[in-house]
Order: sequence, then C-alpha cells, then structure tokens
Amino acid sequence: MALAPLIAYAHVGKRFAGGHDGERITAVDDVSLDIAAGEFLAIVGASGSGKSTLLRLANRLLDPDSGRVTVEGQDVRDVDPVHLRRRMGYVFQSGGLFPHMRVFDNIAVTPRLLGWPAAEIAARVDELLDLVRLERSLHCDRLPHELSGGQQQRVGVARALAARPRIMLMDEPFGALDPLTRDTLGEEYRALHRSLALTTVMVTHDMTEALLLADRIAVMQAGRVVAQGQPAELSNNNDPYVAELLRTPRRQAERLNALLPGASAQ
Amino acid sequence: MSFLSDPRWRDAAAHLPDYLGSHVQVSLAALALGLVISLPLAILARNHAVIRGILLGLASVVQTVPGLALLALFYPLLLAIASLTLHWFGFDFSAFGFLPAMLALALYSMLPVLRNTITGLNGVDPALLEAAQGVGMTPRQSLFTVELPLALPVIMAGIRTSAVWVIGTATLSTPIGQTSLGNYIFAGLQTQNWVLVLFGCAASALLALAVDQFLTLIERGLRERKRLRTMLGSVGIAALVAATLIPSMAREPLTYVVGAKTFAEQYVLSALIEQRLQAAGLQASTREGLGSSVIFQALAANNIDVYVDYSGTLWLNQFHRTDMPPRETLLAELKEILAKQDITLLGALGFENAYALVMPRQRADALGIHSITDLAAHAPTLSIAGDYEFFSRPEWTALQKAYGLSFRTQRQMQPDFMYAAVASGDVDVIAGYTSEGRIREYDLETLADPKHAIAPYDAVLLLAPRRAHDAALQEALKPLLERIDIATMREANLRASGSNANSPPAAVALWLWQKIGRQ
Repeated sequence: MALAPLIAYAHVGKRFAGGHDGERITAVDDVSLDIAAGEFLAIVGASGSGKSTLLRLANRLLDPDSGRVTVEGQDVRDVDPVHLRRRMGYVFQSGGLFPHMRVFDNIAVTPRLLGWPAAEIAARVDELLDLVRLERSLHCDRLPHELSGGQQQRVGVARALAARPRIMLMDEPFGALDPLTRDTLGEEYRALHRSLALTTVMVTHDMTEALLLADRIAVMQAGRVVAQGQPAELSNNNDPYVAELLRTPRRQAERLNALLPGASAQ
Repeated sequence: MSFLSDPRWRDAAAHLPDYLGSHVQVSLAALALGLVISLPLAILARNHAVIRGILLGLASVVQTVPGLALLALFYPLLLAIASLTLHWFGFDFSAFGFLPAMLALALYSMLPVLRNTITGLNGVDPALLEAAQGVGMTPRQSLFTVELPLALPVIMAGIRTSAVWVIGTATLSTPIGQTSLGNYIFAGLQTQNWVLVLFGCAASALLALAVDQFLTLIERGLRERKRLRTMLGSVGIAALVAATLIPSMAREPLTYVVGAKTFAEQYVLSALIEQRLQAAGLQASTREGLGSSVIFQALAANNIDVYVDYSGTLWLNQFHRTDMPPRETLLAELKEILAKQDITLLGALGFENAYALVMPRQRADALGIHSITDLAAHAPTLSIAGDYEFFSRPEWTALQKAYGLSFRTQRQMQPDFMYAAVASGDVDVIAGYTSEGRIREYDLETLADPKHAIAPYDAVLLLAPRRAHDAALQEALKPLLERIDIATMREANLRASGSNANSPPAAVALWLWQKIGRQ
C-alpha cells in the first residue's frame, strides 16, 4: 500500500494488574499492525484475546506499556486524549447511549463538546438521522429505553459519526442484536463506510460478520495477532486457530448452499 | 370546653409566624450549608476508598451524638472561637442562637447526603463512564452531564432524608437560643400544656413533609424533564424562604430581650418582666427555653438583657465554689463576682427555688420524719428520685456527706412527673424544688436541712453588661424586688402548670403582678 497508514501499532504491549498472586495479565503482547486510510479492518478473536484492549489503545482509553501507537502520523501520547477522542468516532457494544438523554442530545453530544453553533448541530442531527434511517419526527425526542436494540445501535452509529470523524472505532457494535437486524445494520454501515470514505476498525468475535463486512481481518489469540490479511489470504493461512475460526462460516456456507439451491448465484 | 375551642390553640397560633419562620430559616440554612460541604466532598471521595471510609466514618460518628448534645456542644465551641477571633483579629460574633444551631444541624445533615452521593455515583454503569470518555468528555464534563444526572434520584433521596432529619432536630435548638418550633414543645412540656406540645410536633412534622414533597417535585421534574414540576417544587421552597424573611424583617431590633430557662417558673417570670418593661414604655420580647449554662453566657455576651437566675446555681455551677457561706454573705459576694464581669445583680425577688428533699406529709408524719436528719435513719429502706442533673450536682454530694444518706434505690425523672410519683408512692422521696406549686397541691412536705448542706437559691435579677447603666430598665424592674414570697411563687407555678385559659405564662404573670403590685 502506497499511502502511509492512518493508524499504526508498533510493538505495542499492554498488561493489567489483577492476576492471582498480584501477577500481571498480558492483554496485548508485542502487536504491530497498520491500518490504511479508507480501510475496513476487523479484529477477530475470542473473548480475552486482547482485541478490545487493542481498540482502546487507539483513542487512549488505555495507554500502552510498551511500543507506540500513531494516528495520522502522530504518536498518540503527544496528543491530548480528549481532543483525540473527539476526532474519532466510537461505537460501543449495545449502544452505550446515555439513558437520561433524548436521542437528539445523545447524537449531539460530541458536536456540543466541540462548541458547534446550535443551528448547525440541529441540522447535523437531522442529517445523521436520515443517514442511519431513523424517522426524525418519531425518534428525535425519545429516550434510549424507548427504542429497540437495532434503533439504539443506529443512534450509537449516528453519535459516533456526528463530528465528522475520519476514523471509526467499533467495539462489537452489532453483537447484541438479532441476526436479521445485525445483517441489515452491518450492510448499511458498510455502505456508510464507503460513501463517507471512513477508516473503520471493528472488533468482533464473529468471523462470519468479519468476512462479510471487512476488507481485511486481523486474528488475535492470547494478546498476539496470529494472522492478518484479506479473506482469501486468511483462507490460505495454515495457522490451526485461523483454520478453526474459518470452519464455522465455511460449514454454514456449504449447508446454506445445499439447503437453498441457487443462493450462491445471487 | 371542647378540645378544638381551647383558647390555647389561638395562643399557640399567634406565635406561629415567628417560630415557624425561624425554624425554616435555620433548617434551610443548615441544609444548604450541609449540601455545599458534603456534595463536593462526596464527589472528591468517591474514587478513594480510604478518604471515603474516613468521611463516612466521621459522619456516622456525628450521627450517633444525640441531637440535643450536638447542639449544646456547639455553643461553648463557638464561644471559645469567638473569644479567639476577638483576641487575634479584634472582632467576635454571637455564639448564641442561629449560628451554633445552624452549624450543628449542618453537620448533622451530612451523613445521608455523603452516603447517597457516593453510592449514587459509584452505581453508575462503568460502560457509560467509558462511553462518556469515548465521545470526548473531560472528567468534569462526564461528572456533570452523565454521572450526576444518573445518580440524581439516589442523591435526592439522601437530601430528602437529611431535610427531614434537620427539620425534626431543629426543634432541639431552642435551648441554645435559636427560636424554633421547639419553643412550643419545650414550653408545653414545662408548663404541662399538651396543646402546645402537640402544636409544635404537628407543625414540625407538617413542615418536614412539605419540604420533602417539594424536593420530590424538583427531583421528578429534573429527571422527567417536566419543567412545571421543577418550578412548582422550587416555588414551594422559595415561598417558605420568603415567608421566613417577613417576621425577621418585622422584628424590632432595638428591644430588651428577656431570657427564660426551660421550666414553668422561668416562663412566668420572663413574661412578668416583659409586661413590666412594656408597661414602662420599653420594647421587650422574650427568648424562652434556654439551657441553664447557655443563658448565663448569653447574658454575659449581651445576647439577652435580663433574666432570673438563682444564687446557688451561679455559686456552684457558674463559679464552681465549694465553700458555703450563709445566705446574705453569699448574695453579697456573688454580686461582687458578677460585677467583675460587668453583670449587674439588681437584687433578689424574695423567694428561693432551692433543691429540697420532699415527701408526702402524711407519710412523713407517720414515720416521724421532719428533717433530713430524721430521714437518714429510714433512707436505706426508701427510694429517691431526682431530676436529670441532681445526682451529679454538688448538693447531692454535700447531702450524702452531711447526713450520711444512703437510699435503697435512686432514679432520674422528668421533673414534672416527680411530684405525682412521690404523691402516689411510686417513689418515697424526691429531690424537688421549693417553689414548686404542686408541693401544696399534693400536700407534700419539704424536709428541713439543719446542717445547711443545700445552698441557698435566691431568685435574683441579672442584667447584661450593656444594661449596667440603663436607668429606665432598672426603674421598671425595681418594683419586683423582694416582693414575691415563696407562697405566692408556688401558687403562680401551680397556676402555670394547669391546663385552662388562666394557665399560659402571660396570664399567670398578670395574676402575679396584681397580687404583688397591690401589697
């Protein structure tokens, strides 16, 4: 890739206190990973593999113990974390919406922190509601608990996009949704990623989702990136863990092909 | 006469604006101060286990101190601070009334607010804290836009608890000179006026409920974004505050303040003094229900202008004297000691309200007991009751020493109930007061004290330092000196402990004046 990476991890390590006998647990172990501008990267791994930790290191929700993380060429340690986070969108697992704020206020939160004029914020919220396919008049004044899970996550995506970030970080964004909603939302987000020229890093434990949405996949196991590449490259990888992760989608695809003849032609 | 048409209701209602106003003032000021201190403390302490533990521990300890004791402790504390500031910075402040009451109540209000604020903030879902951080909030923005709003219901529950506590406890601020709804309760208990006691309790309960409701309205309005509710609640609180300012604005600042301790005789005498001053064309008001040691300090600090004390009380409790000169000598010497503090002992009223050992006349006759010497022989088979302080007073030690007294049992009692208890035989002997009206009513006998173990307790008029040269005041009070004998005072006290239209202290004071003014 000719372009300089937008996000780069170089030999990054992160450990946490909390093992028994005061031992420290290694969450991320010497990870080097580049994410190019405009790329959609999925980080796949079991829970406890360090994938969420890796994501949090990008916007300084966590700081690494070793190595360095650069965003747009700058070492994140030299950037004020609050400003760093305001220019990166973050979508949390099951929404992370503020339950006491209306949909409007949830979406408007980062623009307000940035001090946008009220009229501009209102226009932006309308625009975003259209973008994530929520009815302006119907949803604007609702509280999060009055929305379905899918609607909440649409608001979560809108909130992350509000301040027009170039980078989107997503932590198991569609994990808690029913399969149909999950599929729809995933596809819609992928379209947004393209049309808005975003760079997206998505953490998921679901290889099928990763294969369907991402340009490139990094597989994590016990704090290390054990494989990375486009789906076809992964398919040729002979790491046993990668093979195991790919087994389920392969089997599902074969079953579906058998059950729904002609489906593969579409 | 039916219960509701009792004229004492009207009498009680007449004081309501003043008492209620002062009560609301001190409670809300204490609550506001408590909030201003405990909210930031709770916010700072929420993430530090050690500080949190220390804070909650301290607040809990404060909570275990009985309200009355906490209030009483603040008075000497502030007096000491005031004398220090006078010494160091050349100014002092009144350690009497509002300030000690407000500070003690503020301290009292802190625990529920601290505990609930910490609990509420720590109960916020960590995922939301991360979300707040993730969207780019500073810790401060996260606190104000996410954590505090989400913890609001729990915090408000704490504030409401503390409001109810403070309003209830504020009734105990009467003895340290803060007018409150407690004035009804203290006066009612002392003069056996249950209408007053009920009135005071009901008024403070209603006030507590009202404030609780207003706070609930504010909380629900904030949480459910219903402006109207928030407004209604705030208007309610604001109306209470406004209502409290009216009586304090109307109050005449330049009046003579007559102090009274917490028993019926004092209420009657302060009413009498007030009436005499008014008859002489002087503005006068009373400050009732003051604690025994508070009242002397208040006089010395010019917070009140005049009150009646008893020579023995001053001699023993105020000046800690252990010698026991004869009555006249003691009075003369007391006058000198007081003069050194610029306090004027204007003179004696003519009666003594001393401690005396009292038993039913029939029983005393039957046992052949007429003096404490006679009593000593029977004491090991008898029981004795005294007021809350008697058994720790020097008189009791002196009595035991002089007569070798040793009773089968001794117990403490509310002074009002002692006389009925000894008349009915529940106890055999009581340490009563010689001017008590019920001594005559129950046909009790005060036993002679041939060895003069009990100090003389002449009722004396004391004037504040700033009134030392106030001729008008002294002229108005002179007609009271040496005019009230023990029989008259007993009858007055008996009237005051009744429960009819003639028994409010002011009515008894009028009767008393008619009786002594014509002599």
